[in-house]
Amino acid sequence: MNMVQALNSAMDVMMARDDNVVVFGEDVGYFGGVFRCTEGLQRKYGRDRVFDTPIAEAGILATAVGMGVYGLRPIVEIQFADYIYPATDQLVSTAARLRYRSAGEFTAPITVRAPCGGGIFGGQTHSQSPEAIFTHVCGLKTVIPSNPYDAKGLLISAIEDDDPVIFLEPKRLYNGPFDGHHERPVTPWSEHEAGEVPDGHYTVPLGRASVVREGEDVTVLAYGTMVHVALAAATEAELDAEIIDLRTLVPVDIDTIVASVTKTGRCVIVHEATRTSGFGAELSALVQENCFHSLESPIARVTGWDTPYPHSLEWDYFPGPKRVAEGLRRAMED
Amino acid sequence: MAQATETRKRPRGKTQPAASKAQSASKQRTIGKDQLLRAYHDMLLIRRFEEKAGQLYGMGLIGGFCHLYIGQEAVVVGVQMALSEGDQVITSYRDHGHMLATGMEARGVMAELTGRATGYSHGKGGSMHMFSKEKNFYGGHGIVGAQVSLGTGLGFANWYRETDRVSVTYFGEGASSQGQVFESFNLAALMKLPVVYVIENNKYGMGTSVDRASASRDLSQNGAAWGIPGQQVDGMDVIAVKEAAEAAVAHCRAGKGPFLLEVKTYRYRGHSMSDPAKYRTREEVQKMRTERDCIESARHRLAELGVDEAALKAVDDEVKRVVQDAADFAQSSPEPEPSELYTDVLLEA
Repeated sequence: MNMVQALNSAMDVMMARDDNVVVFGEDVGYFGGVFRCTEGLQRKYGRDRVFDTPIAEAGILATAVGMGVYGLRPIVEIQFADYIYPATDQLVSTAARLRYRSAGEFTAPITVRAPCGGGIFGGQTHSQSPEAIFTHVCGLKTVIPSNPYDAKGLLISAIEDDDPVIFLEPKRLYNGPFDGHHERPVTPWSEHEAGEVPDGHYTVPLGRASVVREGEDVTVLAYGTMVHVALAAATEAELDAEIIDLRTLVPVDIDTIVASVTKTGRCVIVHEATRTSGFGAELSALVQENCFHSLESPIARVTGWDTPYPHSLEWDYFPGPKRVAEGLRRAMED
Repeated sequence: MAQATETRKRPRGKTQPAASKAQSASKQRTIGKDQLLRAYHDMLLIRRFEEKAGQLYGMGLIGGFCHLYIGQEAVVVGVQMALSEGDQVITSYRDHGHMLATGMEARGVMAELTGRATGYSHGKGGSMHMFSKEKNFYGGHGIVGAQVSLGTGLGFANWYRETDRVSVTYFGEGASSQGQVFESFNLAALMKLPVVYVIENNKYGMGTSVDRASASRDLSQNGAAWGIPGQQVDGMDVIAVKEAAEAAVAHCRAGKGPFLLEVKTYRYRGHSMSDPAKYRTREEVQKMRTERDCIESARHRLAELGVDEAALKAVDDEVKRVVQDAADFAQSSPEPEPSELYTDVLLEA
């Protein structure tokens, strides 16, 4: 399966198992979603369970919270992560805080799916990586898969989770493991082992990172598209890098991070989002707090620039393999 | 509420065309031959420009999103004929037609589409994000419905500065469900702001037809709760659009507050460039193209008014020349320097 099919399968499996699961959002029903992730679900489960909403993100999200409070498990699609901002009020003030302010009596077991990231010439309103906005809000979980197998298992975990989960889908990975080499065609997921996705129910637990490549020289912390960029960069830089796919940003798998950095003594953090107050800043602080005495060089960050995502110059903005390789070499110098 | 509105009302500017003038004349097809020829030119320019943009997209010279206006040309051209120098225009991401209608250069628009340094936003905005202070065009905006509140703010500024300017705020029927649209209606009605809200109802918000997304069956009445008058208009008829817009603009200029036009139109092409088009039949599109096309009907009307083939051909040739020139200009312009990435994030010290 490619990532679109894997996500579709996750929702299909969960709808078949649990009547409480409903799917809604802009164009998700009749049309099957702008990226086709919900294709066929309305035909299979009917318009009561898979439905199109007006274009009104605040209303979509807040309605999901209300449903969740009464025991449903809504999966909402925000068509692009860039469109989520009208809904942030309800995400921050209600969804994330309901458990706390009701002393655990009520929760918002919602899953908010949203395609994120660039690489498709979407410009500033269709390319953003807003994960750090959500990781900053206590009471939300934030997940970003990097391949079809994880995407399905993580999405099922998110749906089954009793707390609100922001599920960001790197849209450039829907069809294949894009490694930043935009001048080459991407290999389809069908030729990748992570494209082998079981049809039935399985989970990939939230809060657990994955070591996608073992190494001794330097640890790379990445997620989403940047996992594949980091793999390409490490190969091209001919470094024995250990690459960790975080998969879940909150709760973050600190044990896996600490074990790796303690071993390698060096750490490079990679994300596509802008640099200032990005999730890399949090990771950098965590590594410093937990691994200070093991560090042999300053922690390096390779990120998007602190600018809006440009229409032109997309590949100058995107932290591709060349920039990541430079970051790796920098970490190895001292 | 009326009292509160009264106390807030600022004195109006001096220029106040009578509100009733355009309305009373609205049955009389208030358009001369020259004006219709001009409208024909403007609609054809948009059509040919968009066709060329579609071609350049196919050649890989335009990337990402590109929302063509083909089929809807009568809306923006008709409304523009009702405006005066200084009135503001703001719209969403299907914006190329609006820019051409406000008089922005085809060259600069095409250069922006192709991501060139000579584009209106130096290549950094792309298809959805262009602006012109000179032409009072306040943007192309990529987030659905976001511009509606901005247009309301423009209306406030007009009112506050005591000008007789009107803000024309376009949005689609899809955007008409956004919460901030209703927030804007309330504020504009409360303060009697001079805003003409134009809903371009092309029937489909991406792949979702309006009856799947809105319980309102007459979007022109969406402001009724706040007392905003509204009118449905045939958006495939440039004269009908012009007349309705004139009445709406006159209403605003007379200090009576906002007006809502629901212009019934149709887009022939997909929502953006990749569109599976499964949400409507080919026959439906074909029927609109052959029976209701705004350019074809203007052409017929011009012939009836005695405009000969040679004159129409001259317009066709002129439009073709401008569009080809824009495409050549765009393709021969350089891409922005990488250093341009960091400019205009904040005011540089």
